[in-house]
Amino acid sequence: MAIIEKRNSVDFAFSLITALASGVVVLLILGILIVLVRESWLAISHFGVVKFIKSTDWDPVKENFGAATTIFGTFVSTVLALFIAIPVAIGIAIFVTEISPNFMKEPIGIAIELLAAIPSIIYGMWGLFTLAPIMSKYIEPALKASIGAVPVVGILFQGTPMGIDMLTASVILSIMIIPFTASISRDSFNLTPAVVKESAYAIGATKWEVVKNVVLPYSKLGIYGGITLSLGRALGETMAVAFVLGNNHQITTSLFNAAATITVTLANEFTEADKDLYLSSLFYLALILFIMSFIALALAKFFLLKAERKTSR
Amino acid sequence: MKVLVSVIVAVACLFTFSAAHAEDILNGAGASFPAPVYQAWAYDYNKATGIKLNYQSIGSGGGIRQITSRTVDFGASDAPLSPEALDKDGLLQFPAVMGGVVLVVNLPGVKSGQLTLDSEAVCKAYLGETKYWDDAHIKSMNPGVTLPHTEITVVHRSDGSGTTAIFTNYLSGQCSDWKTKVGAGTSVKFPVGIGGKGNEGVSNYVKQAATSIGYVEYAYAKQNNLAYTLLKNPQGKVLAPSFETFKEAAASANFDPKKHFDLWLVNAPGKDAWPIAGATFILLAKDKKDSSMKTVKFYDWSFKNGDSKADELTYVPLPKALKDKVRAYWKEHGLI
Repeated sequence: MAIIEKRNSVDFAFSLITALASGVVVLLILGILIVLVRESWLAISHFGVVKFIKSTDWDPVKENFGAATTIFGTFVSTVLALFIAIPVAIGIAIFVTEISPNFMKEPIGIAIELLAAIPSIIYGMWGLFTLAPIMSKYIEPALKASIGAVPVVGILFQGTPMGIDMLTASVILSIMIIPFTASISRDSFNLTPAVVKESAYAIGATKWEVVKNVVLPYSKLGIYGGITLSLGRALGETMAVAFVLGNNHQITTSLFNAAATITVTLANEFTEADKDLYLSSLFYLALILFIMSFIALALAKFFLLKAERKTSR
Repeated sequence: MKVLVSVIVAVACLFTFSAAHAEDILNGAGASFPAPVYQAWAYDYNKATGIKLNYQSIGSGGGIRQITSRTVDFGASDAPLSPEALDKDGLLQFPAVMGGVVLVVNLPGVKSGQLTLDSEAVCKAYLGETKYWDDAHIKSMNPGVTLPHTEITVVHRSDGSGTTAIFTNYLSGQCSDWKTKVGAGTSVKFPVGIGGKGNEGVSNYVKQAATSIGYVEYAYAKQNNLAYTLLKNPQGKVLAPSFETFKEAAASANFDPKKHFDLWLVNAPGKDAWPIAGATFILLAKDKKDSSMKTVKFYDWSFKNGDSKADELTYVPLPKALKDKVRAYWKEHGLI
């Protein structure tokens, strides 16, 4: 009897500790939200919600603040980074799981995981001292000369290439998020039952057909999961882009222009924000980013659940 | 059990030990610009007196907030606070050390000290009104320099900084268009140009971008071998940036202890005064007399013994007359 009781109390203590641990997470998120709202209250009551989000003004001297430019920058850099990263990442995953000879699988896998382990400040320094000059000297002039001449799409590649711009920032961001998408896609590709793949090969399908018709449909969920993680990281990434984005509060059509994201603005201006309204507006930006990330991840979760239900049916 | 007891004893010892030492620790926080020199002084001061000083370079905004909430012994700010703001939060303020800001250019064949600019030329370039280097006004000041017909790439700071505050105050003082359109502050809405993060970011862009102009602290221009320009000050004299011209700016400026030294050291009246200099300030809490007195003791010691260290780190020590003014200010407020 005593033994059972003891076991029960250990069990109880254990579940209590785990419940506490997960409760702390929820409390933390709520706490962060409360602090953000409280600190940004001055700016919220001063500018309102719609006006603040719509305003493209960011003038610390005249104390006129708006979030449109930074929301735009955050959104564009994230989308562009995903646009560059997803095809590459899926390509890596397909190569590692389906095409590469066995002896290469491990080294490539480790290399990708190492890429994820590099601190973002190092990406930032590398971006500033190495990538930015390469972009401004070779890649961007080439893009300007080729795609820049095409109507409509060409608008994206106008202006003097300085290397400190949206394009460079997005390229760095994409390098940073490739490992997430690639390793999760690889893991889910590996989950495709060998029987199904072999059956496809048996009826004469080529490698391309197997990947397209068997592996990719099977692992759709995993790929979405990887992209979601990357999206979260790209939205919040700070130091890597702070060095190469220029922190110019403007909305432009050309990718060769400097821009600002919410995180870059916070990193650049928080320490020297000397007026109350200025500081409060920065908190307001942080609150907006918090909500944006929350919505993005919630949407992604929603689609994942929907896809899951579809496949389980 | 024995182990446990000894651990407890050890921890207890550690605590009493650090508690005994806590008396000899001074905590300061704020501006990042003077951090290296404060830390160097603190190191020497510790060797001389055994008193430890922790200085955290968290930025001027942070320094002001921390001293206002009284969580540190002293705060530091690159921008002087107005007497009204100081009175509101019960603070005192004095200058500790100075620095100069210089304009640097990247033009083919132009070396340090070969190009001359004045506030009008700088202002128009930063407003985007002068677009090309072979502008008539710039040409008229530089008869011996061949200026190319290429665009002026303007480089400014992307992060909030005391350097930007000094630079924009200089422009606001001389150029009414700048004052009304942009204004002065730690971050402003620059009409044109690209932003670099920190002095190193601006130096790097100026080096990379052909035919560019930027503003950096004097120390950075020197360390990175950037071509600095000469400047014509409001008195009409063309000067090279140097310790002498920075010091002349401080010596000729009218720092008023009654206004708690609230003054931007730009466009100083001296004939040989470099027009873009700035002092960086220490903030003390009136109601924390003990902390303030200890802080004052440290700066008094540094004023006496720290000049050569400041020189070494390319900071400009305050001229003697200003040091005496600051000492009189301390005495007046009963801190020394």
